[in-house]
Amino acid sequence: MTALLEIKDLHVHFPIKNGTFQKKTGEVKALNGVDLAVNKGEVLGIVGESGCGKSTLARSIVGLQKPTSGDILFNGEAYTDASAKEIYELRRNMQMVFQDPYTSLNPRMKVSESIAAPLKAYKQTKNLETRVKELMELVGLNPDMHYNRLPHEFSGGQRQRIGIARAIALEPKLIVCDEPVSALDVSVQAQVINLFQDLQKKLNLTYVFIAHDLSVINHIADRVAVMYLGKVMEKSNRETFQAHAQHPYTNALLSAVPLPDPDKERTRERIVLKGELPSPANPPSGCVFHTRCPKATEFCKTNIPVPEERGVPGQEVACFYPVGEEEKVKITL
Amino acid sequence: MLEVKDLHVHLETPAGLVKAVDGVSFRLEAGQTIGIVGESGSGKSVLAHSLTMLNPEPPATYPKGEILFQGENILTMDKRRLRSMRGKEIAMIFQDPMSSLNPVFKIGKQLMEAIQTHQKLSKKEAQQKAIELLTDVGIPDPERRMQSYPHQFSGGMRQRVLIAIALAARPKLLIADEPTTALDVTIQAQIIELLKSIQQKYGTAIIMITHDLGVVANLADRILVMYAGKIVESASTADIFYKTAMPYTWSLLRSIPRLDAGASERLLHIEGQPPNLIDPPQGCNFHPRCPFARDACLQEDPPLGERGSGHLAACILSQTEFEKEKKGVLLS
Repeated sequence: MTALLEIKDLHVHFPIKNGTFQKKTGEVKALNGVDLAVNKGEVLGIVGESGCGKSTLARSIVGLQKPTSGDILFNGEAYTDASAKEIYELRRNMQMVFQDPYTSLNPRMKVSESIAAPLKAYKQTKNLETRVKELMELVGLNPDMHYNRLPHEFSGGQRQRIGIARAIALEPKLIVCDEPVSALDVSVQAQVINLFQDLQKKLNLTYVFIAHDLSVINHIADRVAVMYLGKVMEKSNRETFQAHAQHPYTNALLSAVPLPDPDKERTRERIVLKGELPSPANPPSGCVFHTRCPKATEFCKTNIPVPEERGVPGQEVACFYPVGEEEKVKITL
Repeated sequence: MLEVKDLHVHLETPAGLVKAVDGVSFRLEAGQTIGIVGESGSGKSVLAHSLTMLNPEPPATYPKGEILFQGENILTMDKRRLRSMRGKEIAMIFQDPMSSLNPVFKIGKQLMEAIQTHQKLSKKEAQQKAIELLTDVGIPDPERRMQSYPHQFSGGMRQRVLIAIALAARPKLLIADEPTTALDVTIQAQIIELLKSIQQKYGTAIIMITHDLGVVANLADRILVMYAGKIVESASTADIFYKTAMPYTWSLLRSIPRLDAGASERLLHIEGQPPNLIDPPQGCNFHPRCPFARDACLQEDPPLGERGSGHLAACILSQTEFEKEKKGVLLS
């Protein structure tokens, strides 16, 4: 199977400018050598804490952020240095759903206009009204009731549905979802997650699904990439993600997620990471995680691990001392 | 220690009267932890703020009810007594550690101010106390960190400072309003551990307000579930999770994705969204979204009824009827 989307050694650095002449005094390395591939029809979940670079990755994929170096390939073609026209063509097949359903819709555009906007931009204006109504039904909005309403008349969950309708309007192959459910209430979050899953089956979509919530990622993703300080620490399949996590960081994250189950919650072990997230302007030498890692040695301070398979098939881990089965924290008891 | 009796809190808005807290009663014993769980708009924060009358008035009014703290009614308390009690006997920490500290004063100064408000101490003694408190909440190198400004601290560290300020006068009750919502998951774990260790060390009672059932599963002795301004279920933590008796709690538990779940099952979602409190539904507030609703639910607003020892739920279904209905919904 060829990958629909391929990311090769992607770097995105932001300059830090200081003083009267805005002299460059440093760099924030938001993405620092990311390699990922997304196959057609799968959901790649990207998870990490704030500042790990996951949103920069989303913006780079859809071409909203120019990479410093590295390549992104869609259907085997690189578009890192693409012209505006090429990006226009690319976005026909690649759309985005944003985190905040309140600011990602134009408050003065009717729902129908927002959903029709991508269709108009690509001159697919034949039967526009029918198509928009069809899209609204697809995402669970009643076209007779909601067609001419404005965004402020909708709740957060409904607005996110509008954003999803807009994203699927052009029948793209890939949708990049940047924290699409984190602003929603618990009871509404499940509706939107189910909608994402239904649409994926119906329209044969591929998702890059970004979230900070490991439970959501565990539920929706086929494969998971865990990021830390602009690097991918571990890539795994859903089956192995929580049960056989090998990277010490993944294990710390998994152990920190509160489970809605008092018996498990009160008996399981918790790895508490020491210290704070280092500044991405001045990342640690060697393995970026060594300053907080419970297993780090002198070796980790000077050598940079690359993601490779270490015992679990289909799972790549960037660590010299992966966590073995015998020392694994019991997530499920 | 704390007893809330039939509390009503109304908010007068241009659009109409919002019954944000609509007849809430509960008790809290010394040293206990209560979790209050609800979605946005369920009234959980208004309830928490009412306990020290921190809701801005207007729009808030307290038309009915009592809040008895160690026998005294907070709602009718003299303003000066209330002021001296806030922070000293009942302290509060908030969701957003970014905006709860003053950005132009050093951490040490803000902490010492909290100490000297409630205790007659010299500057030297207050300084010593501040260092002790910062050590208590796990801030490394406290002498030096006293000289830092809030912006030099990360979110987790700022929340630790706020906990230190809240603990300055050794309060008997700590109200925590979504204290970990703005934090990353590894930092959230640190803060939860910190709250637990503080409780063990000082025997502080805690009221923890959150939308995350996982957080209270770990921390709380009892859980109150709020929906549309009312408590709809109240029980020990184990009973809430394992002997759920109210359809809303039950649906909520099944609608959250779980890290310990196996292959992806479809989430059972709750239709619609929380009701508008200006114009709440007739009968039971939850009936428009309830998978078990029947005609009687439109007429009757069920009061909290006994489901076991210390287990209350507001539903017209008895526990046996509910068990039967649950199986039906799960099969479909």
